[in-house]
Amino acid sequence: MTTQDSRHSVRNAAVVPDELNEVECTVNGARARFSVPPHRTLMDALRYQLDLTGTKTCCAEGECGACTVLVDGVGVNSCLMLAAEADGSTITTVEGLGLDTPSGLSDLQESFLEAGAVQCGFCIPGQVVAAEYLLRGNPSPTVEEIREGMSGNLCRCAGYQRIVAAVQMTARKRSHHD
Amino acid sequence: MTEHASRTEVSTTTIDDDRAMTGAPLDSDAAGAMAVALAGGERTTGDGDQAHHVGTSVLRYGGADRVTGKQKFLSDLTFPDTAHVALVTLPVACATITDVRTAAAAVMPGVLTVMSAADLPQPMPRFGVSHQDRPVIADGQVRFHGEAVAAVVAETLDQAEAAARAVEVSYEETDGVFDLDQATAPDAALVVDPSARPADDEHRESNILETALYEWGDVATAAAQAHVVVENTYTFPMVTHFPIEPGGTVVTPTEDGGLEVHSPVQHPYLLQRTIATLLELPLAKVRVFAPDPGGAFGGKQTPKFEPLLAFLALKTGRTCRLVLSLEQTFQTMRRAGCRVVARTGFTADGCLVFHELECDYLIGAYADVAPRVMTKGSYVGAGPYRIPHVRTASRAVMSNTTPSTAFRGFGCPQVAWATESQLDAGARELGLDSLEIRRRNLIHRGEAFFRGPYEATADGDWHQSLEKAAELIGWDTPLPAGRGRGIAVAIKPGATSGLSQSLVRFLADGSAIAYAGTSDMGQGARTLWQQIVADELGTGLDKVTVVSGDTGVVPFDLQTSASRSTVFMGNAVLDACRDIRRRILSLYADSTGSEEDTLSEAPGLLVTPEGPLPLLEASRIALGSLGGEFVGQGIARMRGRKGHPLGGDAAFYEFNCTAIEVEVDLDTGELLLHKHISVSDVGTELNPTQVVSQDEGASIMGLGHSQMEQLLLDDRGLIRNLGALDYRIPTFKDVPIELVTHGIENHDGPGPYGSKGISEGALLCTAGALGAAASQATGVVIRDLPLTPERVWTALQQALDQTTT
Repeated sequence: MTTQDSRHSVRNAAVVPDELNEVECTVNGARARFSVPPHRTLMDALRYQLDLTGTKTCCAEGECGACTVLVDGVGVNSCLMLAAEADGSTITTVEGLGLDTPSGLSDLQESFLEAGAVQCGFCIPGQVVAAEYLLRGNPSPTVEEIREGMSGNLCRCAGYQRIVAAVQMTARKRSHHD
Repeated sequence: MTEHASRTEVSTTTIDDDRAMTGAPLDSDAAGAMAVALAGGERTTGDGDQAHHVGTSVLRYGGADRVTGKQKFLSDLTFPDTAHVALVTLPVACATITDVRTAAAAVMPGVLTVMSAADLPQPMPRFGVSHQDRPVIADGQVRFHGEAVAAVVAETLDQAEAAARAVEVSYEETDGVFDLDQATAPDAALVVDPSARPADDEHRESNILETALYEWGDVATAAAQAHVVVENTYTFPMVTHFPIEPGGTVVTPTEDGGLEVHSPVQHPYLLQRTIATLLELPLAKVRVFAPDPGGAFGGKQTPKFEPLLAFLALKTGRTCRLVLSLEQTFQTMRRAGCRVVARTGFTADGCLVFHELECDYLIGAYADVAPRVMTKGSYVGAGPYRIPHVRTASRAVMSNTTPSTAFRGFGCPQVAWATESQLDAGARELGLDSLEIRRRNLIHRGEAFFRGPYEATADGDWHQSLEKAAELIGWDTPLPAGRGRGIAVAIKPGATSGLSQSLVRFLADGSAIAYAGTSDMGQGARTLWQQIVADELGTGLDKVTVVSGDTGVVPFDLQTSASRSTVFMGNAVLDACRDIRRRILSLYADSTGSEEDTLSEAPGLLVTPEGPLPLLEASRIALGSLGGEFVGQGIARMRGRKGHPLGGDAAFYEFNCTAIEVEVDLDTGELLLHKHISVSDVGTELNPTQVVSQDEGASIMGLGHSQMEQLLLDDRGLIRNLGALDYRIPTFKDVPIELVTHGIENHDGPGPYGSKGISEGALLCTAGALGAAASQATGVVIRDLPLTPERVWTALQQALDQTTT
């Protein structure tokens, strides 16, 4: 897909050079091509050029985790990564997690619902992606490991307990499938 | 990990408050008597086969979109032909603006307009719910760090930001007041010039905006009756809401000269009225869309930048978009800090004789709802106790800081911190247990905690919560070495007046659409309406759609605050469903030629002489070949009470008991919470999981202001910890090892099926419980929040120094 950046299409020449970087990557299984100025973050490119608004913006300085995505299988704060750095990479956003299921929800996403982990939901896409990353590296995490692994993702509504329960629930589901 | 005891209720969270929001006098009836038209009542049951969704943990309405990223929050919405707004601010907290030069910025690429005070009507339009004091944009003065001086609209955000940097502002920094000592000093610089305040305002020559006095008995003479008197000063920090969705607004001019305003706001109808008033438009031409707030907690109640964006949209003729950064959000909302001087007397057996409180709330540079926070918070300041002599004198003190607004708990946690700590101070003097002193003083149902002509009494069996919390934390079990336990209680008044309206359509196929204007900001309001409609109309959850967040379609709701929605909107939705059943009954009688008095209705049913009929079948017979649908209207109205210090009696009280067991690292001052128990009096849990998650969330939020959160200012009033790097809120790693919440259900609330509002209770007395536990663990009493490691360690060192010298 190739899109225009609706929000940033014109750049003030006095501030930033006009040069654009061409980025080609795989996003949620599909090829994506877009042009970005060198300072554009991956978070903004995903949201405003690829229209993948499931990736959220809160602190924009790597503290809250709302913008967490997987880049080549690694969980990253997409606000701290330049879009140009994503050239050649494989990216999974929250929209890409349940693609293979009839319901459109991954087992982890279903667990979030069943555990009552979701309130306002603004932090939840980042939480889900961070939890997916955690579980891929550690299929049966302890509570302590979940708290450590998820500690880069802030939630202001729900007090975290239901999210821990959702991760545990998913781990159990996956171990039964193995 | 943690279990989770039964749980409770419903929710609909929110945070505050009612009367102040109307901006109009209370709707008091002539007799001054309160007329509560809340339906409340018991659940009536239809036949035994009927599915009951109320009382079960049905999954959150809209939950799937929230876990897949499909949910559209404000910043995810796209609009055609959008222009972008950047704000111009100054690196000062208090200044006189002498000139704003916009010419250079106005000719930069993509710039559509640059607006400052000079471009707005004069006198400057101002708005606010208790005082109309807030200018659309800074008017000759900057009164707090981050107040916008000018705004740029451009084709792209980059262009707008570049042009904003090119706006030149000449200003002179002036003396400001940034804390209570400065603001109340005899020679304090004044936040508001006296000439701008009413001539008969006795406080116009000071920074005091409003005061409240609650008094009964005679504290002056009561000291003689007391065996022990304790006097201490307590402080509570300024904290910010830190919703994960920062906020913002998008305003579009319409072809008919009106405006469409998108804002993740808790009170869409207040915003609609504010914009209509400022722009002199009919309400019908201002349509507010309220996408679900991504967290609000009281911070998204009142209009902020929407009026400015409305003027910009009209000026440019374009859709104008402003999405705030988290840093800007910090500069638009916070909780009032507070200092409480408390003097309390007890009998030898620990009964309260008198309690005297002086509460100074540090509010910001504009009033917002802060006066109401002060009056309502200190109204219950003396706590849910039996006290013959009380004097509570409170002041809302203005300062050159972010305007303080509603925040979960609404002024109550600040004073509860002092009162609960005083109970423990008395207990220590008397050699009593923290639980025992509360048993002796906590009122029973029907007993007054507020005396005088507007007496207020306990509307629940609050001792049950106290005992349950004690049981869950194992109060009588031996305390492991190095640990302390604390237990505390507190109350908060629910809404004291209000109106919610709802429409429900029962469609030809048995599905239903509920129109209910509550903002679903995480509390799960729509889930409850879905449950109520499904049960009352006998249809499936998946056949109920809820429409909210659009003033052009959804009938009036006063606001989403004060944990009122379960009670008010819940009753309105219930009323609308019952209205449908009555209409079906009436038309069925007409269509079948039967007498109405041979028929009756029940949830999901029309009961005929031949037996019960499912409501859908009855409605089809009633409607006949024309088909169509039934539309029910529901209203929940509670009038205020003339002369009442809060404008009316609270519809319900949130009562909570929190107990905490903590270990203190004596070398670092760090607190490790082993157990955190929160028990709330909830009436009836309409959705147990939602109740649990509300109470867990509130508990952790309470730990935030108790343990780590505080906005820090420098000596010129600039916020030093502006943003997520330096302002810490609880993370996964700050959750207590064991966190258990529990709801006491006595089905005694005024909401549907005996429910009460919840969601604020669990943070009202967190600080008191934690403080008492830390004191027991260390032998050192700290009276200033938050209990950061630095503060605890310092107190420990000071105690050590005193011991060794």
